[in-house]
Amino acid sequence: MSSRRSRSRQSGGSRITDDQINDLVSKLQQVLPELRNRRSDKVSAARVLQETCNYIRNLHKEADDLSDRLSELLETTDGTSAQAEIIRSLLTQ
Amino acid sequence: MESPAVPNTVVISERARDCRKKRSKNKSQSRSQNVEFSHNFSWKSDKTQQIYSSRLLQALRQVQLNPSSSSAPQRGRAVREAADRALAVAAKGKTRWSRAILTNRLKLKFMKRSKRQRVRVSAGVSRSEKRRVGILRLKKGKNLPAVQRKARVLGRLVPGCRKEPLPVILDEATDYISALEMQIRAMTAVTELLSRASSSGTRSSGTGTATAPRADQLGSADHPPPMMYMSLVG
Repeated sequence: MSSRRSRSRQSGGSRITDDQINDLVSKLQQVLPELRNRRSDKVSAARVLQETCNYIRNLHKEADDLSDRLSELLETTDGTSAQAEIIRSLLTQ
Repeated sequence: MESPAVPNTVVISERARDCRKKRSKNKSQSRSQNVEFSHNFSWKSDKTQQIYSSRLLQALRQVQLNPSSSSAPQRGRAVREAADRALAVAAKGKTRWSRAILTNRLKLKFMKRSKRQRVRVSAGVSRSEKRRVGILRLKKGKNLPAVQRKARVLGRLVPGCRKEPLPVILDEATDYISALEMQIRAMTAVTELLSRASSSGTRSSGTGTATAPRADQLGSADHPPPMMYMSLVG
C-alpha cells in the first residue's frame, strides 16, 4: 500500500487534492478566534497559517504563565488543606 | 435454543453493511494519506475537561511531592511538562502531537539514565509511511514560498510535525489548538481553586457566590463522579 503511494505522482487517487487542503484550511480557520467570522474566500491560506502560528505561540505563553503561577501556588499552599478544599468545592457544585 | 435467528441476522448484516460502508469511505479517504480521522470525543466538552482536571491535579501532586529542582523556572517548567503530558494522555494517542509529547518524555528519561545506551524510541513513528519528496510536489498553488515557509514554521510549533506534509500539519494544528484551549481552561480553573484554597480565612461569606462560576468552568453540566476525586485524598 505504501509503495503504491510513494511512487505514483500523477495518479489522481493518491494525491492530495486542492479541495482537501482548502477544506483543512477552512477547518483551521474556524478554530481561530480572529478569523472565525470572516468568509473563507476572503482569507488567504497564508493569513490563516500566520494567525495559527501567532495563536499557538500565545497559547504556549499562557500555558507557561499559568504553570509558573501554579508552581508558586503549590509551593506556598499546604497540601492536605488545599486538596480538601478542592474536593469540597468540586463535590458541592 | 429458541434464539430469534432472524433479528440477529438482520442486526449482524446491518452492522456488517455499516462496517463495509465505513471501510469503503475510509478507503477513499485513506488513499489520500489518511488525513482525516474521526475524534470520538471533543476538546470542548465539559466531561473531557473534568477528566483532564483530575488527571492534572494528580500529576501536580506528584510534582509537589518531588521538589527536586529548587529554582522557580524549573518548577514552572515541570508543571508545564506535567500538564502537557496529561494533555497528551487525554488525546489517547490518536494524534501525532500527543504521541510526540509522550515519546519525547521517554527519550529524555532514557538519555538521562544511561548516556551510553542510545535508545531510539521509534522516532520514526511519524515518518514511517510518509515521504518527504511529496513536500515540494504537493500542489502547484501551495508551492508558494510564503505558504510553504509558514507551514514549516507551524510544523515546528506543533510537536511532532516537523517533517510532515502540509495537510498533516493542518489537521494536527486544528486538534492541537483545541486541546491547548482546553488545557488553558482547565489550568485556569485549577489555579483559581488553589488560590482560593490557599487564601485561608476569608472563606465563610464570599464563597457562596464565588463557587458558582468556578464550578461552571470545571463543567457542572454532568454530575461529577465523586469516586474520581476521592482518589486525590492522601
